[in-house]
Amino acid sequence: MTDMAWINGALTAARPQAIGALLRYFRDMDRAEEAFQDACLRALKSWPEKGPPRDPTAWLILVGRNAALDGVRKQSRTTALPPDEEISDLGDAESELAERLDGSHYRDDVLRLLFICCHPELPATQQIALALRIVSGLTVTQIARAFLVSDAAMEQRITRAKARIAKAEVPFETPGPAERAERVAAVAAMIYLLFNEGYSAGQDPARAPLCDEAIRLARLLLRLFQTEPEIMGLTALMLLQQARLKARFDPSGEVILLDDQDRSLWNANLISEGLALIDKAMRHNRPGPYQVQAAIAATHSRSPSAAETDWAGIDGLYLALERMQPSPVITLNRAVAVAKLHGPAAALAMIEPLEAQLSGYFHYFGARGAFLLQLGRKSEARQAFDRAIALANSPAEAAHIRQHLDRLMQQAE
Amino acid sequence: MLYTLLCYNKEDVVWSWSKEEDDAVMARLSVVHEKLVKEGKLGTSLRLLPTTAATTLRGGDLVIDGPFAETKEQLLGFYVIDVESLDAALAVAKQLSAANPTSVYEIRPIALYVPDARPNAPTQMIKVY
Repeated sequence: MTDMAWINGALTAARPQAIGALLRYFRDMDRAEEAFQDACLRALKSWPEKGPPRDPTAWLILVGRNAALDGVRKQSRTTALPPDEEISDLGDAESELAERLDGSHYRDDVLRLLFICCHPELPATQQIALALRIVSGLTVTQIARAFLVSDAAMEQRITRAKARIAKAEVPFETPGPAERAERVAAVAAMIYLLFNEGYSAGQDPARAPLCDEAIRLARLLLRLFQTEPEIMGLTALMLLQQARLKARFDPSGEVILLDDQDRSLWNANLISEGLALIDKAMRHNRPGPYQVQAAIAATHSRSPSAAETDWAGIDGLYLALERMQPSPVITLNRAVAVAKLHGPAAALAMIEPLEAQLSGYFHYFGARGAFLLQLGRKSEARQAFDRAIALANSPAEAAHIRQHLDRLMQQAE
Repeated sequence: MLYTLLCYNKEDVVWSWSKEEDDAVMARLSVVHEKLVKEGKLGTSLRLLPTTAATTLRGGDLVIDGPFAETKEQLLGFYVIDVESLDAALAVAKQLSAANPTSVYEIRPIALYVPDARPNAPTQMIKVY
């Protein structure tokens, strides 16, 4: 007997590689998905009785491919292939296939599958929805719930995305090094987008698992591209942010800022994994935005208390990030470190030129309000906080500013 | 006789456990650990970070990201070292490699280290075989 939970885990783990291989074979996303689905059904029937095959992924690919071919042959009234029970007896075919899968095909299959989901013609939300459906195997209902739309709307969104991809040129030839690097970068961006969807949702039970899924995909990508420091950085960044999940909200769901978080609630396992990955990435001397952001998160993780935070280090890292990808949001983040180092006046002077660009940005007015309040400019602070509340992306954000406002106003009395 | 028990599992599953799931497994394990400690049977135990955190040293100066991934060689022994960084760990591995050039060293960070709790834990080298 094989444990059903084990089988489900094995099917999920095999999914990206199996669908990637079936897609290369059929060159058609729907057929690849159907073939995988078929193979999973057969696995659920056969594995509990016979025990799992030595290589579940190879089994699923072979059975999926044969089932699909079998269907075609039945339609054309030719001879059927042998039943998959025979294949599952660890025939030579399986080990041969497994060997072939160990090669470079495997890597490019999974990368292609992920890359298809981030086709530049697809808007970001469709990219994520497609990746969750095809690569992660979430149901349409699960994805619809995460994006707060109806099942029908999500079904339509995914169908449309697939149709768009079917029309576009999907590159099936083996990518060259430059192309591969481009694909890896596009996939990394999609994974981080997915993570942020979950992260910004806070504790929403339907959306929070998006973070776990993003980390799972990042680990998958990292196993495929073990020497890419930016993938190490991306994985570390998400692990270190996810480690703080339990500390980010109070029991009533209110946001708790980093400075006020109970650090004993941080997940030590995730932190140690994230720190080890940064350590590895640094050896390459090829810094990039994910690594720098991970290094910032790591500085917080390494600090035993908020008061002991190395703000000079964080300031320097934000400066490096600003140079890599200039953006008013990064400058705004740096201003928080500058406020800790040189006081609120310096920070305020730094962010004031950004107002035109960030006039619709919640965090800009939150930070501005906080700096003004520290300077004792209360009525201006109140104005900034009011604008922040109007721009809040979630009730929790608005509530946080309100609470923050009340508390700071009291302190400033 | 001294034995080492090597624990294998699907790392992406284990490292996706929530803190609660992880704590529950660790609590069940600690029941066994305590029993073994009382019986004087438990030496050092440790939990490793996943292979994505691993670095491998081959041939004394070739540093490869990722775990040791050959099937031709087998695990023949391990060291626990206490150094401040991956670079320092690699430096130690290089010294070992110079003394034993055909061996490959995978450097894997330890997530949890539980020291030897036996009352009469050996303080000197024991040659078992």
